[in-house]
Amino acid sequence: MSANTGSELKIVGFLCNWCSYGGADTAGVGRFQQPTDLRIIRVPCSGRIDPLFVLKSLFNGADGVLVSGCHPRDCHYAEGNFYARRRLEVLKRFLPILGIDERRFEYTWVSASEGQKWKTVVQTFTERIHELGPAPKLDQCLMERAQAMAMAV
Amino acid sequence: MKIGVFVCHCGSNIAGTVNVGSVAEEALKLPSVAFASDTMYACSEPGQDAIIEAIKEHRLDGVVVASCSPRMHEPTFRKTVERAGLNRYMFEMANIREHVSWIGKDKDANTRKAVDLVAMAVAKLTQDRELTPKTFDINKRVLVIGGGVAGIQAALDCADGGLEVVLVEKTSSIGGKMSKLDKTFPTVDCSSCILGPKMVDVAQHPNITLYASSEVADVKGYVGNFNVSINRKATYVDWAACTGCGLCMEKCPSKKSRDVFNEEIGTTTAINIPFPQAIPKKASIDPEFCLKLTKGKCGVCEKVCPTNAIRFEQKQETAEEAVGAIITATGYDLFDYTRYEEYGGGRYADVITSLQYERLLSASGPTGGHIKRPSDGKEPKDVVFIQCVGSRDKSVDRPYCSGFCCMYTAKQAILTKDHLPESQSYVFYMDIRAPGKLYDEFTRRAMEEYGTKYIRGRVAMVYPKGDKYIVRGADTLMGAQVEVEADLVVLAVGAEAAKGAPQLAEKLRISYDAYGFYMESHPKLRPVETNTAGVFLAGSCQGPKDIPTSVGQGSAAAAKVLALFSKDQLESDPQVSVVDIKRCVGCGKCIQTCPFGAIEEMDFRGMPKANVIETICQGCGICTSTCPQGAIQLQHFTDNQILAEVNAICQQTPAQNLK
Amino acid sequence: MSSSLTFAYYPGCSGQGTSIEYDKSTRAVCKALGIELVDIPDWSCCGSSPAHTVDHILSAALSARNILQAEDMDVQGIITPCPSCLTNLKVASHRMRDEQFKEKVDDLLNEPCRNDLPIMSVLQVIYEKLGPKALAAKVTNPLKGLKLAPYYGCIMNRPPEVMDFDDCENPVAMDHLMEAVGAEVMPFPLKVECCGASFGVARNDVVTKLSGKLLDVAADCGAAAMVTACPLCQMNLDMRQDQINRANKSSHKMAVFYYTQLIGKALGLSDASLMLDKLCVDPGHLFREIETARTADAV
Repeated sequence: MSANTGSELKIVGFLCNWCSYGGADTAGVGRFQQPTDLRIIRVPCSGRIDPLFVLKSLFNGADGVLVSGCHPRDCHYAEGNFYARRRLEVLKRFLPILGIDERRFEYTWVSASEGQKWKTVVQTFTERIHELGPAPKLDQCLMERAQAMAMAV
Repeated sequence: MKIGVFVCHCGSNIAGTVNVGSVAEEALKLPSVAFASDTMYACSEPGQDAIIEAIKEHRLDGVVVASCSPRMHEPTFRKTVERAGLNRYMFEMANIREHVSWIGKDKDANTRKAVDLVAMAVAKLTQDRELTPKTFDINKRVLVIGGGVAGIQAALDCADGGLEVVLVEKTSSIGGKMSKLDKTFPTVDCSSCILGPKMVDVAQHPNITLYASSEVADVKGYVGNFNVSINRKATYVDWAACTGCGLCMEKCPSKKSRDVFNEEIGTTTAINIPFPQAIPKKASIDPEFCLKLTKGKCGVCEKVCPTNAIRFEQKQETAEEAVGAIITATGYDLFDYTRYEEYGGGRYADVITSLQYERLLSASGPTGGHIKRPSDGKEPKDVVFIQCVGSRDKSVDRPYCSGFCCMYTAKQAILTKDHLPESQSYVFYMDIRAPGKLYDEFTRRAMEEYGTKYIRGRVAMVYPKGDKYIVRGADTLMGAQVEVEADLVVLAVGAEAAKGAPQLAEKLRISYDAYGFYMESHPKLRPVETNTAGVFLAGSCQGPKDIPTSVGQGSAAAAKVLALFSKDQLESDPQVSVVDIKRCVGCGKCIQTCPFGAIEEMDFRGMPKANVIETICQGCGICTSTCPQGAIQLQHFTDNQILAEVNAICQQTPAQNLK
Repeated sequence: MSSSLTFAYYPGCSGQGTSIEYDKSTRAVCKALGIELVDIPDWSCCGSSPAHTVDHILSAALSARNILQAEDMDVQGIITPCPSCLTNLKVASHRMRDEQFKEKVDDLLNEPCRNDLPIMSVLQVIYEKLGPKALAAKVTNPLKGLKLAPYYGCIMNRPPEVMDFDDCENPVAMDHLMEAVGAEVMPFPLKVECCGASFGVARNDVVTKLSGKLLDVAADCGAAAMVTACPLCQMNLDMRQDQINRANKSSHKMAVFYYTQLIGKALGLSDASLMLDKLCVDPGHLFREIETARTADAV
């Protein structure tokens, strides 16, 4: 199933090994068809996700970033997802300040048994990113100015 | 660095929708990749041998296998590379089956995605370092939660294997649902005759410590070293003194107390031993019905007790146990039969559950084994069984099959005829599911030898008419509506997750499904393991099961624990956090956030620094994303390793990003 | 917004004819209970039986026209006494939550329908917005000793995901209202069974069988009368009771009320405003018995 606008966009996923990564596996085992834009990076816990990973992805050309962990209270490490929830919520509010559309970033909770839910999450998020289109590219003259400033320093 | 990439066909599972050959070709173009090939089944013996050969022939430093989920085969391939002399952490997997080939049909898009995933794995591998596990001592005691037949079997097998067992049971006696059954299918042998001796074994086994009327309050620690708090509920009787003589039961004036063991089909006394074969055979007081505890007067039991065991002032206590492994065998509960308003369960006295009927059949039940209607005590002539009450019904959010109801209904129909030869049984069923050894033959006997009338169709409603009940349903084979006059209606209620199952799961840090049943590590190959090391499952807590399967799982879980404890020390996972002492500023943030207390402050030349206790660290990496200095790094998931994957996907630098 | 209980009222076609007493008594009771009913101006057919068997969009458009008419009124919602109208209005509203479906319906209307007004039965409003307690407080002539079999009919509560009111297999709203007005509610088990509905015309034998069973079971339960909330149920049980008796060789003389008539009676409204004379099986003796008992108690 290719995404609705035809050409693929770049979506990075950070998934907790214990729940959402398993949920994505469950979706696969169930053969729940999904768009192909997402590339998943496995992490041990959503609490391991440094908000800078998300920013780094967005700065480096990702069109969307999706983070998924265990449902609150259901963390394999007791409380990792609580830390994640705070950090990611702050990040989401901070993105517009950096000039990044906050809709390009989403975090969600999917357990290892929720294959169907994972499919819905991927589908909805991919559709949203396609509606937003490719992430805006940096302006050429801005880059040159920045480089000039860097040289001056 | 020289990396080898192996792209698996997995038969047609991957090759069907991914161009495996071109994934391997593209992989070879990546820097550091010295060898790439596609392979039919990477996990098969020839597949693994080919990997070993390639490592040796091309002197590879690391291996990427692009195949199924690492949750499935990462341990397999880690062993493979180890056999070829590599460190097992110089290995990465790209999940191109569950995350690619199975979820999309567009071969071009899938192939592009697979190439990306391989590139990510290669990028991560270039950052990987060799890691060596440490070993730690383990506590060879095991906690079994739940004293039903699965828990009993697990406890006995572990105890016979020489382990010390702590068995925790919520109610005042072990035995679980099986102890309430009259007979068992398909042999129609007496349930308490086969379960009773096992229960006695539990009581007498020197290796088993039994906590009845107790629940697990909290679990701390990790595989090999768990610390468990157990709440011992107040029973208002000193069990060390109680001899189980039963004199208190004879004299207790509060005779209308809730009889949980008999499924409330009769009543019992406020102080009671739930059933004659109870283990431990100790009395406990139901505080809701005890006159002394509710109204402050009575105390008859205190006067008659020959050993002065009554303690009205008793309070809940907490016990602490240290164990190395946990077997969860918490079983199931029955579907709430009052939810089907159209059947009138709870409103009509003679519409009862199958387990209530089991108590009516049992010689130790409230009617002494005589089938009598709850409403008027008359013997029923026509008995209607309704199957799938709370099974296979989306409208009550129970779409799954409970599995054992078809069989116990056939058994109950047979027993009805045995008890009351003049009776006639009817069974409304959707399908008969009898896939066990001698199971289908058994249901046939119910029909052919015992003349049970099986009607294929759902029941629309049950309503009283005079002192009888009209059961109206569909006969889908006849294509007609049927009405059966019944004296007694038995609802074959399905199984649902035990109450409190999700809360216990959260304490054990294991997963559960949408219905509250616990998730096994792999649905086929790891049925009694969970994703939390050292926590195992047995019986119906994982999904509805009949007795033979529950017993089998009890033994299986015990075997897993015995295997785990066959070594004196366990290897710790080296994927733990490590502090870079030069970067650490001693702020202590990591110490605050670590959920396991695995980080301590230490003194380094007069400066405070963080120090990770390796055997306690569980490898979550919360500290790594907390550290403002990037000084503490979770091995195998360092910032650089994760960012290498990010860069592999988002290859353009901002400058390249310009068009 | 006007007074707290103001609703757009959809009377429905049978309220103009076969069940005029339901319409009249509903209006009288609502007035007495402080529920203001404002007729939907120029209301039209709800799209009942003929339309929805032919075309869902057409049927929905017929209902949607009425919903649209109500949308400019200053009201809390649309209410109707008739379960059949209710079903059509609610199903139309439910289906129009699908954007594509709504577009097709809107094409047939003069202007698009907002579809945001709650749609309820009069029964639901009395039960949920007023409540049995408040009703009981207003009773002047309790129906003490009147043994009733409450009969809700098959579509008042079903399908549950659309109707979203009371239990779909064992509803209790009318039971509680009848208890509130002092009547004794018998454990009538066939509350939501089919009466035969419009088969009365084409297959009379079906109605005599199904409605006959309702009367039999109500009598077995010890009910002196039945109480219903549906014009078609009431007609089959009341008007066709002679046919049923003839076909089944039974001899029922079971009065079949609309619940609004009984509430009205308990509130002390006049028989004329409740149109009790429209009932085929004369209920007079039941009220005389209540009266006799009441005077006896007083003495």
